[in-house]
Amino acid sequence: MEYEAVIGLETHVQLKTHSKMWCGCANEFGALPNTNVCPVCLGLPGVLPVANEEALRLTALTGYLLNCEIPRFAKFDRKNYFYPDAPKNYQITQYDKPSTQHGFVDFEFQGGIARVRITRAHLEEDVGKNFHFDRNSGVDFNRAGVPLLEIVSEPDITSSDMAYTYLNALKDILIYGGISDCDMEKGMVRCDVNVSVRPKGQKELGAKIEIKNMNSFSGVRRALDYEIPRQIEEVTRGNKLRQETRRWDDVSGITETMRSKEQAHDYRYFPEPDLMPFTPDDAWLAAVKARAVELPLARKQRFINTYQLPTSDAQTFIDDVALGDYFEGVVRESKNPKAVANWVINNLRAKLTESQTALADVKFKPAQLLELIALVEEKTISTSIAQTVFADMFATGESPRGIVEAKGLAQVTDTSAIEKFADEAIAANPKSVADYRAGKVAALNALKGQVMKLSKGKANPNLAGEILERKLKA
Amino acid sequence: MLNELTIAEAARRVRAGETSATDVLRACIDHVKKVDPQVKAFLSYDEADALVQANAIDHQVAARENLERPLLGVPIGIKDVLSVKGHHLNCASKILGNYVAPFDATVIQKLRDAGAIVFGRLNMDEFAMGSSTENSAFFTTRNPWDLERIPGGSSGGSAAAVAADECIATLGSDTGGSIRQPAALCGCVGLKPTYGRVSRYGLVAFASSLDQIGPFTKDIRDAAILLGVISGHDALDSTSIPQVAPDYTKALDGNIKGLKIGLPREYMVGGLDPEVKAAVSAAVENLQKQGAEVVEISLPHTDYAVAVYYIIATAEASANLARFDGIRYGLREDGADPIELYSKTRGAGFGAEVKRRIILGTYVLSSGYYDAFYLRAQKVRTLIRQDFLKAFEQVDAIVTPTTPTAAFKAGEKSDDPLQMYLSDIFTISCNLAGICGLSLPCGFTKAPKLPIGLQLLGKPFGEETILKIAHAYEQATGWHKEKPPIGRI
Repeated sequence: MEYEAVIGLETHVQLKTHSKMWCGCANEFGALPNTNVCPVCLGLPGVLPVANEEALRLTALTGYLLNCEIPRFAKFDRKNYFYPDAPKNYQITQYDKPSTQHGFVDFEFQGGIARVRITRAHLEEDVGKNFHFDRNSGVDFNRAGVPLLEIVSEPDITSSDMAYTYLNALKDILIYGGISDCDMEKGMVRCDVNVSVRPKGQKELGAKIEIKNMNSFSGVRRALDYEIPRQIEEVTRGNKLRQETRRWDDVSGITETMRSKEQAHDYRYFPEPDLMPFTPDDAWLAAVKARAVELPLARKQRFINTYQLPTSDAQTFIDDVALGDYFEGVVRESKNPKAVANWVINNLRAKLTESQTALADVKFKPAQLLELIALVEEKTISTSIAQTVFADMFATGESPRGIVEAKGLAQVTDTSAIEKFADEAIAANPKSVADYRAGKVAALNALKGQVMKLSKGKANPNLAGEILERKLKA
Repeated sequence: MLNELTIAEAARRVRAGETSATDVLRACIDHVKKVDPQVKAFLSYDEADALVQANAIDHQVAARENLERPLLGVPIGIKDVLSVKGHHLNCASKILGNYVAPFDATVIQKLRDAGAIVFGRLNMDEFAMGSSTENSAFFTTRNPWDLERIPGGSSGGSAAAVAADECIATLGSDTGGSIRQPAALCGCVGLKPTYGRVSRYGLVAFASSLDQIGPFTKDIRDAAILLGVISGHDALDSTSIPQVAPDYTKALDGNIKGLKIGLPREYMVGGLDPEVKAAVSAAVENLQKQGAEVVEISLPHTDYAVAVYYIIATAEASANLARFDGIRYGLREDGADPIELYSKTRGAGFGAEVKRRIILGTYVLSSGYYDAFYLRAQKVRTLIRQDFLKAFEQVDAIVTPTTPTAAFKAGEKSDDPLQMYLSDIFTISCNLAGICGLSLPCGFTKAPKLPIGLQLLGKPFGEETILKIAHAYEQATGWHKEKPPIGRI
């Protein structure tokens, strides 16, 4: 019998706010332990939470970016459990009235567009971090109270590759939207997996198994690559799988039972009495919506459709948003988007990297790039001369026409001058002439090269070819 | 004796230079030293710290700076549930150990801004859970009118300190009657503001949706002054109402003609002591004589209030008290792993009543029981609130006894939690409905002579109306001038 996997992901993302969720402490990674703390995020007796409005905005913005609905009534709840990294021994989260729900993410997968539905994205607080030493343990509460968004997917994912691709697409969206920096190494993104298997075609789901403790997207993929065959094997052997939580061991590459359903926590959720329900009005939502940016996939499709760019060029402009924006700024005035893309990707980007210059510091004006392209198109200069002109433009900010004039780089289209160069080339290269006449057409290129060299690159290459051909055939 | 002064009079004398803040404070401290070994209202007090504060005020007065501050040079005692920077904060529990608060509660900051001397830690039932102070982990406070008897609770220390003139006024907290009930039993004025009127920032939470901080004073004018100082919106408390507090003293004009006062028929029931009943009836007659109109009203869901209260309050408490775990501060009893550390710390640190309520609250929130208990209780709570809002369409205020009986003897109910819970039967609904209420003296039992409290309940943010009525009654009767025998021999 053939089996299929059913996978849902719970992705935790730290929001990019200046301060923490309930207090004014800095939301900052890497500070000395317990320096970004105050009575509120330490849960000292008598403190109260005050919701960070920017975190609420980023949550709603995520809702827009993930095609979610944004309810007009959301509230916070307490999730009760004891753990040393939890200052209050309850986490403030959103239980039954999340800030946003019922959306989807579209992404490129296996040559097509895949869709994973989003159940909800709710706002909560991060906890501290435990450290274990030889004889004792410590907790760093710098992270405690950092705003955390939990994005829960529907079980629409069917493979480890799809899970991996979804997570990367989600990450791109969140970075694009300014929601989170999604720096995995700083723990800004964490992910839990729910996975079950069932015979292909069967409707009802198998026993749901949760896997925790993956610290990278590839960890998620590896965990699923281990867990799915494990479950299939168990079922194939006739064993019944039971709902449980398993821990991924990244070193040995296996999952192990952490707790069974019977041992599951009873979190005793109830409404957080210290916070008022959140009821956004039209103006508030409109202001948030105005911050919604174009998503990577939509942008890519638009670049392909509007400018007839090849996929690889479009992808370059997705990966490097600033470069893509620069391209769009230039291309608006151009009839030849592909030429603009080539110049931006092949020349400008290389020069920026080479000289470690930021796009904003480029000396020439975007219009001057168009001027350069026009010079090539009207055959005033050859493409190779254009490279030289571009290098000059980049270095000095001078206009390309000015550079061409000042340096006398305009193409030679005067036939008599080219004929003279052609005669010289034929006279100096009897072997190439003989080769060509013996039928080696490629030998013409060598002669053409000589003409270009003699003209210091200014001869019109097509004209040079025509004249050489005529003379050799004569 | 300066310690016997009201806020209004003490501040007036300090302002006028007739006396110094230091002298007022010294009079209080001397009296504390004299009577508190018997009354046991204070868990502790920092004499040096208080004298530094008083000295600072005296310097400001000498320089004629900020003389209009309403609490100028007035020592205010603080219930041990409010965070005062640099002071111990124990909530009358062992679990906080040697914890010293690193910040001032908003009300404490407001007291300081108003020129008050923040003075002492007043005894209470552990974590404000109780009605007698017998649940204090340290000792039981005694009723200044009869040392055999309890002062009420949970703010028993705050009430006893005012009644025994150990302080000019005090702050307490009221979750189900913890200000009004001890005020009634000790014969002083206690006011629970409308939920959201006073910031809870720095109040150690018992039941967050019910808790309010409020004043204990010697008369109604002082309650109006102190309430005015501590009221107002606070950016640190999301549940505080963004409204400017009025000058409550302006309502004290003695004119209650035409005001409508409701008598809930559900409150005049069995279990009500005849002397209490008689005193309340006499009070109602007095109000009628002064021109108020008295009508009978109904609050039909009254019977459910105690049950609803003990579900909601304990549920919230079970989460609020989870932070006392021995990890970051307070008592720690080490264990081999975190769970053992928690169990041993909390086992040793919490008293029986606190444990009882944590267990009850944990139970009512448990999976499978939530709908039957917590959710249902919230629905009934809404009905109770609607009862009051409906009644307030007809009347300006509601009058009831504050407690069914006068102060009971220490030990009398401490073995029977249910009997203890029922002593709050008249005060609990007010917190569930989120309205305001106060208690003021309305007479005494004959033998022994024990104070009886009259409760006035007002609309949400209707503190001015109940203060106006209470003031008219107080001025017409003068019960507040009666003093307990303690310290007077």
